[in-house]
Order: sequence, then structure tokens, then C-alpha cells
Amino acid sequence: MSHAATANQAIERADGQQHPIKLYLVVWGWLFVLSTCSYLIDYFGLQGYLRWSLIVLFMILKAGLIVAVFMHMAWERLTLIYAILLPPIAVLVFVGIMVFEANYTLFTRLNFFSIGS
Amino acid sequence: MADASTTTTEHAVAPRQGWQSFAAEWASDQRAFKNASWGKVMMWIFLLSDTFIFSCFLLSYMTVRMSTTVPWPNPSEVFALEIGGKPVPLLLIAIMTFDLISSSGTMAMAVNYGYRRDRRKTVALILATAVFGASFVGMQGFEWTKLIGEGVRPWSNPWGADQFGSCFFMITGFHGTHVTIGVIFLLITARKVWRGDYDNQTPGFFTSRKGRYENVEIMGLYWHFVDLVWVFIFAFFYLW
Repeated sequence: MSHAATANQAIERADGQQHPIKLYLVVWGWLFVLSTCSYLIDYFGLQGYLRWSLIVLFMILKAGLIVAVFMHMAWERLTLIYAILLPPIAVLVFVGIMVFEANYTLFTRLNFFSIGS
Repeated sequence: MADASTTTTEHAVAPRQGWQSFAAEWASDQRAFKNASWGKVMMWIFLLSDTFIFSCFLLSYMTVRMSTTVPWPNPSEVFALEIGGKPVPLLLIAIMTFDLISSSGTMAMAVNYGYRRDRRKTVALILATAVFGASFVGMQGFEWTKLIGEGVRPWSNPWGADQFGSCFFMITGFHGTHVTIGVIFLLITARKVWRGDYDNQTPGFFTSRKGRYENVEIMGLYWHFVDLVWVFIFAFFYLW
């Protein structure tokens, strides 16, 4: 084997992700369990804040498992983690703005649609 | 060797711990993301931009659903399937969810076997991922056909707020397109692994960069992202 090929393999071994297959199978199993839980929320017809908080909880757990383990984010360097995971916070701000806006639109619709009738 | 210099020794700044390492790498005139490879970082940045696109779709869906004075159709009933004369809520969507999660599982293992230089298992697992992905698109086609048959249009539907149709077709359609593109690229990647392109470092036709098994991981990043988006669509559109 040439020197270049050996060096290249060493690099790949160094930064290539090496984890036991069992880790992926365990995460896979958990994703199945969490998805079943999400589905059961609807199956049993839970309503109100219990329903919404459980939906968001299972969603965050699933997303966290996929990003951290399947996408190997847990083993990336911190700079990359921050660069990718911090910008979506802007989306949460956007959510806040649009909730405010949607409530205002609903308010005006309820007011002005009812004048005509 | 050019490749080695990009992945190793760049210690212009003394290594720091925690968030200070983040600040140090961005603040000085140097490469950020030191040992993370070009391809991986670019894929992550693309996925970040895609995150914003899907966020905007889900946000506009939230806005129209919150602001309409007409009741929103109940997804639990709209997406129910009849099994033995009884409606089972969200059955098809649940199957699609498990299907996509399974495809993520096989993809993660394909990446792992790729780094172990096990070509046969890598190809088999990538093809399994592609089959799961293709069946997801098939089920989505079935779902669209069923809803269009029941009279759902982007501008109206039989059950409630008119905005339901446009949100549904836009969000699931854009996601389905991502899955379809993913399946095509999975097949291309499988062929390259099978031919030994990543063992022989055959240059890619587009980038001319040496083929390496990291390409399988980059493909995997895209595929897991498609699964990730579905997690949010499932929660916000189908369950909420």
C-alpha cells in the first residue's frame, strides 16, 4: 500500500465516525417507541394542553436523537454545533411574531366580519 | 498531500474549551470548523437553509390556522383509513412515519459499514434505504389520490377552512420532493460504492474531488434531515 493511501486511511479513521452498530439499533428502537407514543396521543384522543405538550415533548426527543446520533452531531466540534443549531433560534422569534400577528388578524376578522351580518 | 493539510495540524490558536473555542475560531483570521471536512460543512449549511424553508412553510400554516374564523378540518378524521368497516385514525400516516424512521436506521448503519470498508453490506443497506424511501413516496401518492378524490383542492375542501388544502399540498409536496431527490441520490451513491469508487478514490463527475467513504455519510446527513423534517410535519400538521 502506498504511503498516500495509508495516510488517507489514517485520516478517515481519525475523523470517520466509528460507533458500534448496537448504538444505531438502540436509537432506532427508541424512535419506534417515541413514534408509537405520538400516535397513541391521537388514538386515545387526548385534548388540550396535555395533547400539545406531549406532541412537542415526543417531537423534540425524536428530533434530538436523530440529530445527535444518526447525524453524528454529538461528536462534531463545538464550532460546527453552534453554527448549525443556534440560527434556528431565529425561527422561534419568528414564531412569536407570527402568533402575535395571527391573533391580531383573527381579532380584526371577528370584528369586521360581524359588522356586515 | 493536499488532503492531509486540510484535515490536520492547524494550531494557530491555542486550543480552548467550551464556548470560548467557538469564539476563538470565528474571531481570528483563519479557517473555522478546523477538522470538519469541506463536504460535511457544506451539507450542514445547506440543511440549515432548508430548515428555514420548511420553517417558513410550517409558520405560514400556523398563521393561517390561527387566524381563520372557520374551523380547521380534524386531521385525525381526514387521514383515517377504514379497516374492516371501522375508521382507524391516522393509520397511513403512522405507517409512513415508521417507514421513514426505518429508512433512517438502515442509512445510519450503511454509513457505519462504509467506514468499515464493507462494500456489500453498505450497498445492501443503502438500497434498503432507497426502497423505504420509494415506498414512502408511493404511500404519499396514495394519500394525495385519496384526498383529491374526496374533493380537497388548494382553494377548498369539504370539511372546513379553505387554507387546509394549500397547506397540505405545499408542505407534504415539498417534503415528498425531498424524499424523491434523496432516493435518486441514494441510488447514485449505491452504484458508486458498488463500483468501488470510494475505495479507488475515483474523482466525482461534478466536483472532481477524490471519492471517499465520507460521501456516504454526507448522503446520510441529507437523508436523516428528510426524516427530521417529517418528525415536525407529523407533529404540527397531522397531530396538532
